[in-house]
Amino acid sequence: MRVLITGVAGTLGRLVATRLVDLGHQVVGIDRRPWVDAPEGVEMFQYDIRKRPAEDVFRSRRPDGAIHMATVTHLVHKSPDRMRVNLYGTRAFIQHCHAYGVKQAVMVGRHTYYGAAADSPLYHTEDEPPMSAHAFPELADLVAADLYASSALWRYPEIATCVLRMVYTLGPTKHGTLALYLRSPTVPLVMGFDPLFHFLHERDAAEAIVTALSRKLHGVYNVSGPSPVPISTIAKAAGRRTLPVPAALINFGLGRLALPNLPPAAIDHLKYPIVVDSSAFARATGFQHRYDEQETIDDFRTAL
Amino acid sequence: MLNNLLPINPEVAERIDMLDLSFNKFGVDPYGIDKNDLKRAVSAFAWAYRNYFTVDNYGLENVPGTGRALLIGNHSGGVAIDAAMVMGSMLLDAEQPRLPHSMIDRFIHQFPGASQFMSRTGQFTGNPDQALRLLRDERLILVFPEGARGTAKLAKDADTLVNFGTGFLRLALETNSPIIPFGFVGGGEALPTIANLERLGKLFGVPYIPVTKWGVLVPKPTRFQLLYGQPMKFEGSGHERDEVCNAMVDQVKTKIRDLIRQGRALREGQIGEADLVL
Repeated sequence: MRVLITGVAGTLGRLVATRLVDLGHQVVGIDRRPWVDAPEGVEMFQYDIRKRPAEDVFRSRRPDGAIHMATVTHLVHKSPDRMRVNLYGTRAFIQHCHAYGVKQAVMVGRHTYYGAAADSPLYHTEDEPPMSAHAFPELADLVAADLYASSALWRYPEIATCVLRMVYTLGPTKHGTLALYLRSPTVPLVMGFDPLFHFLHERDAAEAIVTALSRKLHGVYNVSGPSPVPISTIAKAAGRRTLPVPAALINFGLGRLALPNLPPAAIDHLKYPIVVDSSAFARATGFQHRYDEQETIDDFRTAL
Repeated sequence: MLNNLLPINPEVAERIDMLDLSFNKFGVDPYGIDKNDLKRAVSAFAWAYRNYFTVDNYGLENVPGTGRALLIGNHSGGVAIDAAMVMGSMLLDAEQPRLPHSMIDRFIHQFPGASQFMSRTGQFTGNPDQALRLLRDERLILVFPEGARGTAKLAKDADTLVNFGTGFLRLALETNSPIIPFGFVGGGEALPTIANLERLGKLFGVPYIPVTKWGVLVPKPTRFQLLYGQPMKFEGSGHERDEVCNAMVDQVKTKIRDLIRQGRALREGQIGEADLVL
């Protein structure tokens, strides 16, 4: 089948596109960024999903399935127009899917939707409301994009839409939020806290997205891999030193001491776990991760 | 990771190895319990449990060795010293060791250190979703239905009970789990609280700061009586009206009150172990 991918030039986008090509599908890629050495089988368009030319790609290529990965986090995209990228981008994606007969749409979202708090349960289920957006406005646009994409479920019932809330990815490309956090040889931790982090291998993440597409999944699903691991254990297994820093010092340093300018609530993500229950996804698709916690971290650590 | 300097007691390590938990390659279970941290923490605690305090356990056989169950009992003694002793008796004295998951007050996970320690030893903020999941996973959970109002009882009221909510009972009904009532006696003697400073507590982010007869919050070496009653099983969906649930809660409360009374009588030498009706 023909699959259109937005945000295809990102790390996960490339992995998904390559996997789809390997499985014999045709891939149409849209991204503002170039993908110079895209494999044969990927037709690449360097457009912004929100702009007119992107619609022409839907019109002329008529994809059967579409995967939306053109959302950005505050860690990568600092400017205030992040909100427009995430929300108008998602709207354009859904509208084009509707207008041009896409049968299966997959929105790739994030498990940070649920937020981190002292009193939240481990293992969030899909029916839980997002509890972090008010305290951590940098997450609000992704939460809104997630909920907005879900509205396609009733707005356009003829499209099999699924929203995936994926845990952090980790792997040899060293891309993603968790990899960014583990980038330097010394990883700062909030003293006295050691939350579980939920992650899966980036190749498993790509496989999960492909699985959701091929199973014509309909609904909102958490996606995870091996069971979660404390962040200090992850850091040490990745060959990093850990540096516990008092929360008060981190709060003071936000926006000053080479730390990003984030609200204090952002620190909750280093104090409390966000762990999801992905049993519904496993039941619906039969998906099982191939890389366990150790192999995933090893792949991250040993990559050049 | 807890302090790696704490030594592991081989006898404790053996007990922890007997727990019905599955650990991944890093020695962490799906709920974040770290096997090594648990061994170190329990080794340190075992010393206090065995040498500083003495716990006379009765009816340990009433706690199932496997499968879901709720331990429901009375709170006393200013801080949750009773919870620690129940943990000790389940981990160190029960024939098949079990790790109870306490449903703790929400303020605890806000404290550095406390949060890390509780997370690595399976102690979660009391939350119905969390409790349901643990029970469905065949875990043992520990609930003090009196909550912080229970530990706030002053020493003179240590053997009384304050209001119980219906939450624990609804969980038991919904998951078809047995309730193991227990009575704990001696909390008021270990930490005889004469006042609770609520305003000062608020400043520190805790419900109150207890003041003992000797001022500081250090328990004296005490012998405790811990009586586990026979499992109580109730029928229902967990979504009954409050009146229906309250009637069942009252049965549990009556049983716990009876266990406390017997524990007190044992403590004061009025009855012997043979006289107990658990």
